Amino acid sequence: MTTATARISRPGHHAATPSRNTRSRERALAWARRAPLLPALIFLIIVTQLPFVVTLIISFLNWNSLSPDKTAFAGLENYVTVLTDPDLRQAIFTTILLTVSVVLFSLLIGLGLALLLDKKFIGRGLARTLLIAPFLVVPVAAALIWKHALLNPTYGLINGVLTWAWSLFGSTAAPQLDLLSQAPLMAVIVSLVWQWTPFMMLILLAGLQSRPMDTVEAAQMDGATPWGIFRHLTLPHLRQYIELGGLLGAIYIVQNFDSVFTLTAGGLGTANLPYAIYQTFYFANEYGLASAAGVVVVIGTIIVATFALRTVFSLFKKEAAR
Amino acid sequence: MSTLTAPQSTPSGPTALNTGAPRHGFGKFRAKSRMDPTRNNTAAGIGAWLLALLFATPVLWMILTSFHSETDAATNPPSIAANLTLDAYREFFGASSGVSPWPPMINSATASILSTILVLALAIPAAYALSIRPVKKWTDVMFFFLSTKMMPVVAAILPLYLFARTVGALDNIWFLILMYTSMNLPIAVWMMRSFLAEVPEEMLEAAQIDGAGLLLILRKIIAPVAMPGIAATALICFIFSWNELLLARVLTGVVAGTAPVFLTGFVSGQGLFLAKVCAAAVVISLPVLFAGFAAQDKLVQGLSLGAVK
Repeated sequence: MTTATARISRPGHHAATPSRNTRSRERALAWARRAPLLPALIFLIIVTQLPFVVTLIISFLNWNSLSPDKTAFAGLENYVTVLTDPDLRQAIFTTILLTVSVVLFSLLIGLGLALLLDKKFIGRGLARTLLIAPFLVVPVAAALIWKHALLNPTYGLINGVLTWAWSLFGSTAAPQLDLLSQAPLMAVIVSLVWQWTPFMMLILLAGLQSRPMDTVEAAQMDGATPWGIFRHLTLPHLRQYIELGGLLGAIYIVQNFDSVFTLTAGGLGTANLPYAIYQTFYFANEYGLASAAGVVVVIGTIIVATFALRTVFSLFKKEAAR
Repeated sequence: MSTLTAPQSTPSGPTALNTGAPRHGFGKFRAKSRMDPTRNNTAAGIGAWLLALLFATPVLWMILTSFHSETDAATNPPSIAANLTLDAYREFFGASSGVSPWPPMINSATASILSTILVLALAIPAAYALSIRPVKKWTDVMFFFLSTKMMPVVAAILPLYLFARTVGALDNIWFLILMYTSMNLPIAVWMMRSFLAEVPEEMLEAAQIDGAGLLLILRKIIAPVAMPGIAATALICFIFSWNELLLARVLTGVVAGTAPVFLTGFVSGQGLFLAKVCAAAVVISLPVLFAGFAAQDKLVQGLSLGAVK
């Protein structure tokens, strides 16, 4: 990539002897370079940036599609509602709790799995394939399986296994879980951790395998303990990968709709912002309010994204400098 | 974690020295402890396998249950060894309800495949202008692409919905295809750039000096290196489109509804339906499973937007 940056500076050399002719030719060359980029760029601006500008405008309107004649400028009223309405405030809180806990647990379990898979053992390829499987089930299907086949209080697999395990000891009074009605948010978190752990594992495993082995061997020579190697060599090397996995995961999980929609339909305090916004505009027809909530999500995401971009950027720079 | 701390009990270098072990013997011991911590690996293997089975259990259970009869599927404790049957699959394909799952599955396939083709058509030239003949400030452009991916869909969905309703594009698969294209385009640009950046610079320069035209360079030098990357990008875009629910749910209805939308409406709550749901989940997940395993080698690079090799 060093050559790529060298190329960028090349026009600068020519600029030392500017004449009208060469300058216009350079401009034409620059546009020829840009041309392949433009369709993608323009398409993306129209389809993603323009709608967001409209969302921003609607967020300052008092607009309910059921009473369109009452549409008026509302100032910051919608934003005040988003931050004070108990349901929407709950949705903000749920979004944060959901995102943080899913990212944290899937990262921790993913790290453990990556460390195990970094070692050679019989059937490693197959074990890796089995571990990726949760990520390759359609999210709606996965949520349905968790809801009906695993967590169902009467015939779900989890309670079924509990009954079976207790019956081994002659007991008929096995404890039975009902996560979906007793701790519905926990049910959403568990199913999402299950789905996202493979993602974290794959990124961390790639990080582990790119670790310079000569320093590890040198440390072993010097009598460093495995824990010491992990703490002082592996973990610092993995830091970037942990950040990358965590932040990319956070960006996807903040936007999660499928699991909340399917597992709990947003009931019992599990409605996160994407679900609440969907409800607000699709069923309550409160367009202004839904837009304001959408803008709040974007602001929240920008805060996370700033960190994400910095991490991606540092890895990107490293690669670009190679 | 136990596997990590296990070798602590083996004497480390300095202690071995203190016992006055002969020099060559010490060296041998070193080499052995480094090369062949057999016990360590066995423990790691067992741990990894147990966890792998635990993680795969919901998937395996889904598959097993889909081959059970409804009465065997809904028992507590579970009937693992129950007779296998294809009834649930027959039910999924509308044996008694008469509702065919094919239209939504064909819609999903159409939306996923066509949007993927569009994404590639836009992303490959863009990636070319960001790696092989880069524009000025190409990193800024890269981060603009990425930043659009960070904007949640919910923040733009209302204007898109209103626009579609106004121009009569609601429940139209083509509108959904455009949405999926924009959803996957940033990811594809990032992935493709990282794959195109692997094209050796010297070969490009040599070809240019020899006077090879753009088409020839594309065909003979860039395509062979980039082809696996293009395939992986296509597979990952396909998966994301196939999985998508929110846009499909809001923008489509009876005509253009996709497989995930069909799946959410599949559970009636009437009578026993567990085996049927599992069969539906298996069938609808099959394309994703195939695509995912086909892309397995490049999956990490793709999912990390090319940041991780």
